[in-house]
Amino acid sequence: MSETKETEFKGAEQTIVLKITDIDPKFKYEINKIPGAEKIMLCFQCGTCTADCPIARFSDTYRPRQILRMTQLGLKSRVLSSDLIWLCAACFACVDHCPQDVEIASVLRALRNLAVKGGYLPAVYKELTSNILQTGLAYKIPDSRLKRRGEIGLPSLPKADLESVNKLADATGFLKAIQTRRT
Amino acid sequence: MTELKYLIFLGCAIPYRVSAYEISTRRVAEKLGIKLVDMPNYNCCGLPVDPVSHELTLALAARNLCVAEQQGLNIMALCPGCAGTLRKVNKMLKEDRKLKELVNGYLKETGLEFKGNIEVKHLIQALAEDIGFEKIKGAVQKPLNTLKVAEHNGCHVLRPVKYIGFDDPENPLILKNLIEATGAKCLDYMDETECCGAPIIGVNEEIPLQLAKDKLRHIKDAGAQAMVTICPFCHMMFDTNQSRIERIFNETFGLPVLHYPQLLGLAMGFSPEELALKELRVDASKLVSIL
Repeated sequence: MSETKETEFKGAEQTIVLKITDIDPKFKYEINKIPGAEKIMLCFQCGTCTADCPIARFSDTYRPRQILRMTQLGLKSRVLSSDLIWLCAACFACVDHCPQDVEIASVLRALRNLAVKGGYLPAVYKELTSNILQTGLAYKIPDSRLKRRGEIGLPSLPKADLESVNKLADATGFLKAIQTRRT
Repeated sequence: MTELKYLIFLGCAIPYRVSAYEISTRRVAEKLGIKLVDMPNYNCCGLPVDPVSHELTLALAARNLCVAEQQGLNIMALCPGCAGTLRKVNKMLKEDRKLKELVNGYLKETGLEFKGNIEVKHLIQALAEDIGFEKIKGAVQKPLNTLKVAEHNGCHVLRPVKYIGFDDPENPLILKNLIEATGAKCLDYMDETECCGAPIIGVNEEIPLQLAKDKLRHIKDAGAQAMVTICPFCHMMFDTNQSRIERIFNETFGLPVLHYPQLLGLAMGFSPEELALKELRVDASKLVSIL
């Protein structure tokens, strides 16, 4: 994670310097149309999500409450370009505890999906998705491992239907999203 | 009585690096009378791409569900990530007609259609609900009465409540009871229900390693001789990464981390070889010798 990004985020809480041109007032309506993120406007900043977040406990900068507020405020480019949105471990403790029934982890997922459309994709996800398109599975299982299954008495691993997997990647618009990615 | 039969969903991480979990599951399942049918041409459950494209996650999960529907069998997944995702998407598609139409639109090109007539369970849910604690106790030949362990549930077996609806995520007892059915004692410890951090290890190593370190410390302090997991990713954090955590934080744990079916298998009389105990990174031979 880059130093500048962290400072930028910290800055948002410490000094309130927002340029009106940095704000996209319709951003929240873009987010609340995404399945799972519908209730973003109900967040009243109680901070239960941050208090319960195992990642926030070990990070000075990752604060789900803060990300939700910035989203409500419309700080679109700051949120979508931030490395911090990729730190949610999707343990769903926040989802179970939110008194407003906001699916915080799903809002984070929605933000990531938009970040990908905007051209941001961390290397690890690039690899996982390319593995899925090539093998049907998130990891490329080496031939030696596949052969070893027989030796240790396991049945051979079923072959994935790659044609179908790629058709689904196309039908969902996923292929288009990653092709238009800025690299 | 009808035969208990499941499609076994192996996912990606288990065939990639955790065959001990698969081997021990197949052993105990067979002996308990669960017939496992390998799921034909399955693909990734969809969870790993959720941060990239939620639509693709829905489509990949739905395709797996459709394959199971064609087979007319319920799914049993070993990985909580797979179980949670398939269970959640299954529920969403069954309850939300509009979403079902959308996803069936994606599936159309592949000649499949989601109908919504199967169920998905994680291994421990199948053991608890379909076999039951009493029958599991009855299958124990060598009770592990001297053993004290601590459990770690994978988050996605339990959360989010509104989609998963299994056990109580705040105070989960099912894995504990399954452990105690073997005769072993399952200890409580601090931050028991906390995530292992594995999902973000690809973008940040520091935080997950600290999380895992804290859990290992709390488990050690509680007096456990071993840890029991039911997830390939949690297992990687506590077993595969344990020596690394010890080096980085200058601590010593030496805590064997068993997959639950390995623990159950030992109690059912299987040998350590039959349960692939040697595949564990943290040596469990000393532990086995005192049982």
